[in-house]
Amino acid sequence: MDLNTITAVAHPQTRTQLPVWRAGDAWLAGGTWLFSEPQTHLARLIDLTDLKWPALTVTESHVSIAATCTIAELDGLACPPDWLAAPLINQCCRALLASFKIWKTATVGGNLCMSLPAGPMISLTSALDGVCTIWKAGGGEQKVPVLDFVTGNQRNRLTPGDLLRQIDIPIAALRRRTAFRQISLAPVGRSAALLIGSLDIDGSLTLTVTASTVRPIQLSFRKVPDASALRAALMQQITDDLYHTDIHGQPLWRKHMTLRLAEGIRSELLGAMPP
Amino acid sequence: MSFEVNGQTFAQAPRAGQCLRTFLRELGHFGVKKGCDAGDCGACTVLLDGEPVHSCLIPAFRAEGRNLTTIEGLGGDHGGHPMQQAFLDAQGFQCGFCTAGMILTCASLNQAQRTDLGAALKGNICRCTGYGAIEDALLGRTNVETSVEAGAAFGRSLPAPAGPDIVRGTARYTFDTAIDGLLHVKLVRSPHAHARIVAIDKSDALRVPGVHAVLTHEDAPSVLISTARHEKDWMDPEDTRILDDVVRFIGQRVAAIVAETEAAAEEACRRIKVEYEVLPALIDPEQAMVPGAPVIHPDRTTANRIADAQRNLAAETHGEFGDVAAALATSAVTFEGTFHSHRVQHAALETHGGLAWLDASGVLNVRTSTQVPFLTRRALADIFELPMDKVRVVCERVGGGFGGKQEMFVEDILALAALKTGGPVKLEFTREEQFIATSTRHPMRVHIKAGADADGKLTALQLDVLSNTGAYGNHAGPVMFHSLSESIAVYNCPNKRVDGFAVYTNTVPAGAFRGYGLPQTQIAVEAAIDELARQLGISPYEMRRRNIVRDGDPMLSPPPSEFHDVVYGSYGLDQCLDLVERAMQADGPQPELSPEWLIGDGIALTMIDSAPPAGHLADAMIALNEDGGFDLTVGTAEFGNGTSTVHRQIAATTLATTVDRIRLHQSDTAHGGHDTGAYGSAGTFVAGKATHAASMQLATELKAAAAGAWLCDVQACVLEDNAVVSGVRRMPFTELVKLARERGQPFASSGNSEGTPRSVGFNVQGFRVAVNKGTGELRILRSVQAADAGIVANPMQCRGQVEGGVAQALGAALYEEMVIDANGSVTNPKFRDYHLPSFADVPRTEVYFADTSDTIGPLGAKSMSESPYNPVAAALGNAIADATGIRFTAPPFKPDRLFPALHDRFGS
Repeated sequence: MDLNTITAVAHPQTRTQLPVWRAGDAWLAGGTWLFSEPQTHLARLIDLTDLKWPALTVTESHVSIAATCTIAELDGLACPPDWLAAPLINQCCRALLASFKIWKTATVGGNLCMSLPAGPMISLTSALDGVCTIWKAGGGEQKVPVLDFVTGNQRNRLTPGDLLRQIDIPIAALRRRTAFRQISLAPVGRSAALLIGSLDIDGSLTLTVTASTVRPIQLSFRKVPDASALRAALMQQITDDLYHTDIHGQPLWRKHMTLRLAEGIRSELLGAMPP
Repeated sequence: MSFEVNGQTFAQAPRAGQCLRTFLRELGHFGVKKGCDAGDCGACTVLLDGEPVHSCLIPAFRAEGRNLTTIEGLGGDHGGHPMQQAFLDAQGFQCGFCTAGMILTCASLNQAQRTDLGAALKGNICRCTGYGAIEDALLGRTNVETSVEAGAAFGRSLPAPAGPDIVRGTARYTFDTAIDGLLHVKLVRSPHAHARIVAIDKSDALRVPGVHAVLTHEDAPSVLISTARHEKDWMDPEDTRILDDVVRFIGQRVAAIVAETEAAAEEACRRIKVEYEVLPALIDPEQAMVPGAPVIHPDRTTANRIADAQRNLAAETHGEFGDVAAALATSAVTFEGTFHSHRVQHAALETHGGLAWLDASGVLNVRTSTQVPFLTRRALADIFELPMDKVRVVCERVGGGFGGKQEMFVEDILALAALKTGGPVKLEFTREEQFIATSTRHPMRVHIKAGADADGKLTALQLDVLSNTGAYGNHAGPVMFHSLSESIAVYNCPNKRVDGFAVYTNTVPAGAFRGYGLPQTQIAVEAAIDELARQLGISPYEMRRRNIVRDGDPMLSPPPSEFHDVVYGSYGLDQCLDLVERAMQADGPQPELSPEWLIGDGIALTMIDSAPPAGHLADAMIALNEDGGFDLTVGTAEFGNGTSTVHRQIAATTLATTVDRIRLHQSDTAHGGHDTGAYGSAGTFVAGKATHAASMQLATELKAAAAGAWLCDVQACVLEDNAVVSGVRRMPFTELVKLARERGQPFASSGNSEGTPRSVGFNVQGFRVAVNKGTGELRILRSVQAADAGIVANPMQCRGQVEGGVAQALGAALYEEMVIDANGSVTNPKFRDYHLPSFADVPRTEVYFADTSDTIGPLGAKSMSESPYNPVAAALGNAIADATGIRFTAPPFKPDRLFPALHDRFGS
């Protein structure tokens, strides 16, 4: 929709050109959320396009995802065969409530910064041990694991003027075998619980719970637990107040779905273990 | 800056925060539609460098130097795009408002996406079709018949006349017209559920550059009205002012700002200072009649047609025949339960809105998105004390209605703004305004008691209804009366009792919505029938066969109606039950489901009067035109109901011609005559009858003229293939044109219909569902509906009405829910949080028609647009009960709602 209070758009090309942050500013990445709601408190948009951050950079140790990388670009990443976690990317893109038409505009960084419990890029990057790089408003950089970046429903570690620059995913995480489970109130609705399990070569299991909880929560097990141990760990580590409630799912149901999906992941990964 | 749109270069520059959608419309590309303005519905889809995007989310400046294609440019210079033709062949639209975005999206799908349409189309909402016809378009199916011989149009699947314009994006909806010097209206809305306005300081608002006027209750006529429009004003209470000094729900309009731009009007809205004295608010309808509850309309009386203002009672009804209590006490089996129907909304993709201006002759013109142009004109003339001929209300194509536009939510403000400023003025609601400040279905609590004897014969039916009409009583009474009428009149039962209360609360008003109260009571009645049958070991089909009214049986619901004009013009309920039973038993694909999925069947039936009570009027005029075709003028509006198609079919059949020779003019009060409006499913049954009468009269005149020329008996003349024929003599209509010219008087006739007597229509819905006991998820394995629509005027379109009605009702039964918090605020006023059915959510419904012919409706047809909605939630509830053994009584049947009871019963 038209944002009628906007009077100016800045187009910085380098970090030094970023204007001094002031009240009424907003970063414009894809804009798919920004333009979807009235923003009457805003007067200026700072367009990140001309910074021309490379969407995806693959090094020996990491995949760097620029905050401005679109969902479609990420979905199109060519993954080598030993990245056993590769299917997760498409699974998480498809979990986005928005359709493929939005994928070409919406960004990975935008999804993280919105910090909705159901943000599937949060699910993906937290499950893959992603680390955020934040350009601090006052200069300098800060590294924060995605797990800690999102602190609650639409809450995160950014302070005014901070800019999420990129998310780095260790290649090692991409080499883990993963299992994905998601449920929502409608066949293609907003995620009410989205769980990702990953199995390391040492047999340890990491379970990342998102969407059902107000922030991503990760559980680690030195080996794949039995069903009751998994359930007990979930019951203990995810207290009832951490379950999210809104029109997309009541907390009691989200809790039970979390337990159920976790067990599905456990069984799947147990089956995938070498004998 | 330069922008390439459809191969043409534009040098205009967008505003800093402007989105591509409005920019493209400003450049004249009206095919780009606004459904939600938030990226959820896809109506604004355009191609950006060949890729589909939601233009409402794209900052306009980002399109600079890139190639843009709107629906108008999709076909290129050489005719239409194949997808446009596919949508024509399948008639993959009804109102057509989503069609441009749908076609652009579908045209962009690759082969992989086409194999998973649920995912591919999750960003495109169609509120009308139920997606069946859209899938047909994608599969290359042809649903329309094109070559139909003269005089044979009725009963054939002829295409909608607006089709070519719709698929090209050139059909004009309310705002698809450019007006110079347009002023924009924005409304200041109440943040309080109940408050008295103490003072309004306009000064800051008036200082905003470009602001022309700030209108408040001091500027508006203080006359009391209802936003509801009915032929008879007495049907609704007078409890509403255009701008009031008391606000009774969050979102109620407080002031109207008229400014040169929307931005200026919005800024003025933020600057106006309103001082409120907050009053105690009543949110919970259960508390409305409790002594000491806040009184919402304390100054009103029965003279305002409010049943009991001091008890917050907008309307009430009580009646009994026989002795229900005594019958229940001695019945072999009884059932008692309480059902809650929630608050849902029409969600027509075109929001409410309109344009108004004063023309050179001083006529107030209002171009608006309405189902009731003539009633709106009458209301405006009354309110502003203008002669009827000084007010014109017109609509071209309307982007969906579903009852929501049988109201006056914008036209009064538009008229006020135009009269105060000289106009022209525009008021276009946002999607949020649709949710917080128009109307919804009436939430109802329905308590039912029912009994049957050992043979399965009903002994007693009792309904106790509490209907929440919200802050105003628009449609409060008629909806409640309707909910208590056909729902039980369809069953023979010696003892019936009803008690109904429609109460005010400080919440967004409820209003007319497809089905008009029946879906809310149907869910209780049909559950009771099933529960009694279960106790007796009788099948749901058989139980109904033992109790339904048969042709000639009195259709009774207490208290006795003052209207005695409902008759069996035809009767096909028995056939509908048979058709559904047969279809549900037929072999079908057997999905592979784990034992966690519980499978069950459910049915429900519904009866509906074929027109509203107390008169529903329609005039039609038809004239032989210069080229030997006909000009047909009707008042009824087209909003996807398909009546434009049917009116031409009726006229073409009666006049032995083809539909392409019938030029239709519609929904403009300047055309003269009167039309109560397109509601209560009256577009075919009532207005179609007027068209039929006018056409019959004209046929008689044409025959008489030919007979006069031939000096033969008019009885020997018939109409055949665009001519009057008598034996071997043939006078083509083109000859008659000459005759008319010679005699100096064109051949023209008019006809009218008064909507009485009325007939009854029937629908039966069947579902087979699977419910996952571990998650609460529900899958529809089979959906069947049989409809008794008399002679079906247009099978394709009627099937579309059924499919669309089922889909809309499934949305309400499974997903949609407006949530109002303890303060009275709607917490989810956007599509992202109000899940409308998308392609993935809607099963294909098998549609069957009973073989009947109505003695009252035009050419044997009955109405069929509201009623397909009515049995859906009831049938679904019955299927879930059959599958799980649990009777769920409060839709929506979402997984998180079903889960607790499933968990209690089956464990994890």
